[in-house]
Amino acid sequence: MLKELFTKKKKYASIPSEQMKQDVPEGIMTKCPKCKKIMYTKELVKNLRVCISCHYHHPMPSRERIASLLDEGSFREYDAEMISENPLQFPDYLEKLEADRRKSNLNEAVVTGEGTLNGHPLVIAVMDSAFRMGSMGSVVGEKITRAVEKARELGVPFLIFTASGGARMQEGVLSLMQMAKTSAALKLFSDEGGLIISVMTHPTTGGVSASFASLGDYNFAEPGALIGFAGRRVIEQTVREELPEDFQTAEFLLKHGQLDAVIHRHELKETLTNVLDIHQARGDGGWWEN
Amino acid sequence: MVGELEFEKPLIELRKKISELKEFTKTADVDLSAEIEKLEARLEKLENETYANLTPWDRVQIARHPSRPTTLDYIQRLFTNFFECHGDRLFGDDEAIVGGIAKYDGLPVTVIGHQRGKDTKENIRRNFGMPHPEGYRKALRLMKQAEKFHRPIICFIDTKGAYPGKAAEERGQSEAIARNLFEMAGLTVPIVCIVIGEGGSGGALALGVGNHIHMLENSTYSVISPEGAAAILWKDASLARRAAETMKITAPDLKALGVIDEIIPEVRGGAHRNVDEQAKAIDHVLKQSLKELLALDGNALVEQRYQKFKQMGKFTVSRDYLGIK
Repeated sequence: MLKELFTKKKKYASIPSEQMKQDVPEGIMTKCPKCKKIMYTKELVKNLRVCISCHYHHPMPSRERIASLLDEGSFREYDAEMISENPLQFPDYLEKLEADRRKSNLNEAVVTGEGTLNGHPLVIAVMDSAFRMGSMGSVVGEKITRAVEKARELGVPFLIFTASGGARMQEGVLSLMQMAKTSAALKLFSDEGGLIISVMTHPTTGGVSASFASLGDYNFAEPGALIGFAGRRVIEQTVREELPEDFQTAEFLLKHGQLDAVIHRHELKETLTNVLDIHQARGDGGWWEN
Repeated sequence: MVGELEFEKPLIELRKKISELKEFTKTADVDLSAEIEKLEARLEKLENETYANLTPWDRVQIARHPSRPTTLDYIQRLFTNFFECHGDRLFGDDEAIVGGIAKYDGLPVTVIGHQRGKDTKENIRRNFGMPHPEGYRKALRLMKQAEKFHRPIICFIDTKGAYPGKAAEERGQSEAIARNLFEMAGLTVPIVCIVIGEGGSGGALALGVGNHIHMLENSTYSVISPEGAAAILWKDASLARRAAETMKITAPDLKALGVIDEIIPEVRGGAHRNVDEQAKAIDHVLKQSLKELLALDGNALVEQRYQKFKQMGKFTVSRDYLGIK
């Protein structure tokens, strides 16, 4: 009897099976993919989707991102009704888009608009990985380009949150050209003194990391975010060498001089406010009069 | 002819047969000239049919032909006084991109292009024409220099893509490509880009933000290689032939999508059959482009380039509003 208590059987009985792991009720509870802690989704959302136990940054839907940063009621969305066509007549593309629209309640992989952040007016673009992995096709490129043009017209900063697997394959070379289009818009804006802030979130790869995501006057990233040009597997196959554990993480990029800072989501609003303050402070305090 | 391609096999066989017959008539005492004439007519017809109906996959094969002319082959034929400049002044010299100054019909220009090797040894040196960040930064340095001295820029695009490697990521492959897109958009001198072989994704585009973009008839330009697309779409890289069609990567496709300006006709069977002739065809289009662009001032060039890329893309408006409430 007593012996039974110490048998091996007891040990693995307490570990949930694969089946049980998936049985966490979706919606009510969320399991952290990093530390495996199961928590109330409500609690997680309230914590800006940062794991309450290990600080893993869960993907943040564009709506929540905007609500977490902009002053209440200040957001006005641009081009919400813009949707993709099927320029290559790619098989099943329209159906996939429709399915993602239903699933995510978004028309495309980026939300753009204007609002104020602690009183600072700005134009904001937030990519959303819930829609086609945040991939960039014609609509994403056009919406970002128009948002940059709007920032230029209004003379306000442009803030972008990236989350994307890269260019959208189903729109072929037109997706590729969005890299040039968005970058060109940023160049014209920048030449007129426009402030560009890029915050890379998980994941920011391929054509998005190789265009607007890397073009901020300030390039920030969230902790642990995957950021890179080529996929890890592609690199492993090409170079046949062991890649470091932290390869292509935000921290790896910071170490290699590719980022200004890695910022915890809880400190993001404060950091952005500070940067915006400093940019607006020019001429204040009587420095230029004396 | 070296390096015959798969779709050319029926032509090769027919050609072989004709030469066999010709050999035979030399030694044997029979007159087969009527037969030979017939076969030659058939060859002519078959050649016309084959080369007039190239499938996207056939074009991919031509674009990848080992003896397809490279950037340096064209530089040698189109320009005089070419002087190659090396290094990005930051890290090193990437031989997957060549660039320098030259004269084009007397006009000082800056020429830049991806550079593949012609044999294994050269390919290793040039990393198979797949650049690292320092290659793109060298290109940008030369473009800025061109702007300073008011020289037009000519870019030859010919790469499978930017190199996917550890060192490339560490040194900021993404940033290097992004920076080129950004800076090229603002250059106040004419930029003419010509895709001469494979135009592979961001690694190609990083030399591709031009006022005019042309493609050789059998070159390709795409967001991902046919093999890569097939692997992702159908989990099977061997379906590359199908992906080449689906992805719309040929010069006629890109013309139809409004991405390129001119299709530069190729020598029958591909540019590798006659490099001198091919260079002449490029020369013709390049001259037209530069004539047109040299008439514009710096601001007009930036604006023309911006509008060109601004119109790329297809979208529509949905009646169901699904935005953030």
